Amino acid sequence: MNTNKAANPPDWHRRLIENKGGLMAVLSVAAIAVGSLVELVPMFTLEFEPREIEHVTPYTPLEVAGRDIYIREGCYLCHSQWVRPFRSETLRYGEWSRASEYAYDQPFQLGSRRIGPDLHRVGGKYNDAWHYEHMKDPRSTSPGSIMPPYKWLYDASWSGDDIDASVAGLITLGQPFPQEQAGNPQAHAFKQAKAISEGLKEFDIEVSADKEIVALIAYLQRLGQDSKAMAEARAAAEGGE
Amino acid sequence: MNVHVTQPETQGSAAPAVDYDEKIVKQFFTATVVWALVGMLAGVWVALQLAWWPANLDNPYTTFGRLRPLHTNAVIFAFAGNTVFLGIYHSMQRLLKTRMFSDALSQFHFWGWQLIIVAAALTLPFGHTQSKEYAELIWPIDIAIAVVWVVFAINFFGTIAIRKVKHLYVAIWFYMSFVLTVAVLHIVNNLSLPVSFTKSYPIYSGMTDALVQWWYGHNAVAFFLTTPFLGLMYYYLPKAANRPVFSYRLSIIHFWSLVFLYIWAGPHHLLYSALPDWAQTVGAAFSIMLIAPSWGGMLNGLLTLRGAWDRVRTDPVLKFFVVAVSFYGMATFEGPMMSIRPVNGLAHFTNWVVGHVHSGALGWNGFMGFGILYFLAPRIFGRIAKPSWVETHFWLGTIGIVLYIVSMWSAGLTEGLMWRAVGEDGLLQYPNFVSIVDRLNLFYWIRFLGGAMYLVGAVMMAWNLWLTARGGGSPDAELPVAAPAK
Ligand code: HEC
Ligand code: HEM
Ligand code: HEM
Repeated sequence: MNTNKAANPPDWHRRLIENKGGLMAVLSVAAIAVGSLVELVPMFTLEFEPREIEHVTPYTPLEVAGRDIYIREGCYLCHSQWVRPFRSETLRYGEWSRASEYAYDQPFQLGSRRIGPDLHRVGGKYNDAWHYEHMKDPRSTSPGSIMPPYKWLYDASWSGDDIDASVAGLITLGQPFPQEQAGNPQAHAFKQAKAISEGLKEFDIEVSADKEIVALIAYLQRLGQDSKAMAEARAAAEGGE
Repeated sequence: MNVHVTQPETQGSAAPAVDYDEKIVKQFFTATVVWALVGMLAGVWVALQLAWWPANLDNPYTTFGRLRPLHTNAVIFAFAGNTVFLGIYHSMQRLLKTRMFSDALSQFHFWGWQLIIVAAALTLPFGHTQSKEYAELIWPIDIAIAVVWVVFAINFFGTIAIRKVKHLYVAIWFYMSFVLTVAVLHIVNNLSLPVSFTKSYPIYSGMTDALVQWWYGHNAVAFFLTTPFLGLMYYYLPKAANRPVFSYRLSIIHFWSLVFLYIWAGPHHLLYSALPDWAQTVGAAFSIMLIAPSWGGMLNGLLTLRGAWDRVRTDPVLKFFVVAVSFYGMATFEGPMMSIRPVNGLAHFTNWVVGHVHSGALGWNGFMGFGILYFLAPRIFGRIAKPSWVETHFWLGTIGIVLYIVSMWSAGLTEGLMWRAVGEDGLLQYPNFVSIVDRLNLFYWIRFLGGAMYLVGAVMMAWNLWLTARGGGSPDAELPVAAPAK
């Protein structure tokens, strides 16, 4: 039979704890509260490196729309935006990622998988036409790619009203949009989109400014620009000394 | 002596009859089987997409980026979730010798949860997502989850309040921690500002948002896929083996240390990120410590079988449980190793993590779930239609898991090493990313095959249980699980 003494619990802690549902509940919440508070609370008071954050600005209204498409399509499930401070990664992608760069990322897009390459430094790596072709048919620019084609982005249009609502929400959450964007977000978005579609004409690509692909390209080209500005400022500071 | 563990109540035993709510048990039983098929089918599909991209089908609704969250939500919240509810509604009534507190609340919980799953299936393919892993569902669904959860909690604590036995058995503590912690995690991680009916932005930003998410995400693993399943282990394993749990004292230590340590481990998802160093260090340290309670729990489970190992060879339910607990041990060995910084530097972002995930998910959660379904079927329906299929399912599943995780380890190591290979000349040896992707194709196919076998096993189970419930097939008195407990 049962010879194991440990299976016969001493009675005191049963009387004290394990027989009391309410007490067990309180104690088990207390047990998880400790770690949660210690780790999370300091994060709410986090301060950014002043010389970095001055080069970081919120995404423009059009980029916000592009970012929403990026989220909708689940690009973050194949692409990280997080260059780690390893030589192999800075060689492949560029500067490693700083906390201040993410200041206006709501929600964050660090990702946890690299089925495709990191995108935190992709802005400026290719021209708009490359992205235009790549998103339509990834294998046209990158033979052997396993990325899905995103043809519907070329038919669907982004909505100005959605952009207004999104920017208003982000302003409520404390993002410092410059006045020329906050005043009329969709007008600003349209202007930026127009410039992209004009630029694409040089590559014989006709696309109307209100297509989703234009917003997505705006977002992709933005990635890493703040980091570049930081790096230039660092270089200038070092050169000046 | 701990009566309700050492003496599993048998049908028609002399114990005073309690009018248990069996309907809710059957409902969650059915839901578990149905969602297992849906979630695993989605898993096999996304696996195929990585091996053969045309399986994205060139339309928005079935691309990888939209289907993968459908897979994770379906297996975690629908399959694993319903498994846990099934186990809780069945075992809790018996452990506390009382009917659930309120049948109406039980029904509300059941139907509410199924509706939430349907809502998930109707929003994720349309790209409505918050993009936080395992917290993708949009804010109106999040509110529905909170409401259903509160109802479940009232029913749960109400049942504890009206219990007929004084002692709360260890399984109940694990369930309790699950109920309470998931509520806290869900609410904190989903605090956000709606800008339309389908879209919201979180109140946190950048690295703070990332840490809140991984505090949630890791603890979704800890308090959704681990804690309640340990509770199930503490109930069903001794029951199926017809032996007392190995050590009561160990279960106390196991419970408190696991719950206390787990909550700290989130930052191991953010090693080498811009998260402050102290947070990374604390997270990694606690993750490594976690091996102790995890293995304590595993051993408490396995040692419960001491003296019953001959039964394991013949009883398919015990087989499922033993393999489940072993994979739990494997995943909780691998996890702490992967929390060591340099190891994480290699494993992170790679398929190795996916292999780790599925040794837990397929091995631990899946096999615990299957074992419980097979344990309950004869107790609910009086028999099992095709006992030999249970054995086949077991082997299909086991081989499927092995193919899955071995291929993903290989893929993970391959890509991890190729990404970081820098030659004597100081240049990347494989600058072309796609050339690395190319090397993974064979591994992706093997994983697909393993996943497909696992799915076929699950389909056999569903069919078998369907025949069982319908009363078809030939009753087999020899089925060990159906044998009355001595
Ligand atoms: C199934 C995984 C997968 C998904 C989903 C995916 N990609 Fe990719 N992506 C890849 C792979 C693999 C590559 C590398 C080969 C190539 O260039 O196509 C890549 C490359 C890229 C590149 C070029 C990066 C570089 O530095 O060369 C960009 C830009 C990109 N993807 C954007 C996106 C966007 C935007 C989305 C969402 C709409 C997306 N991807 C969705 C797998 C994916
Ligand atoms: C038939 C069985 C299954 C197959 C073929 C399968 C396949 C997959 C695939 C292909 C992915 C995407 C991996 C990637 O990003 O590269 C994935 C992710 C995931 N699956 Fe499964 N899966 C199966 C069953 C399950 C089960 C039963 C669970 C949970 C109980 C589960 C939990 C997860 C989780 C949590 C992820 C996300 C992993 C991460 O973010 O790293 N899967 N699965
Ligand atoms: C002691 C226990 C465990 C520890 C310390 C641990 C640790 C880890 C680590 C270090 C990662 C990799 C993070 C990264 O680099 O991206 C990870 C990923 C993961 N683990 Fe575990 N693990 C444990 C147990 C488990 C179990 C039992 C399961 C499943 C039931 C599980 C499910 C997952 C999932 C789903 C992920 C992927 C998350 C994502 O990226 O989406 N883990 N774990």
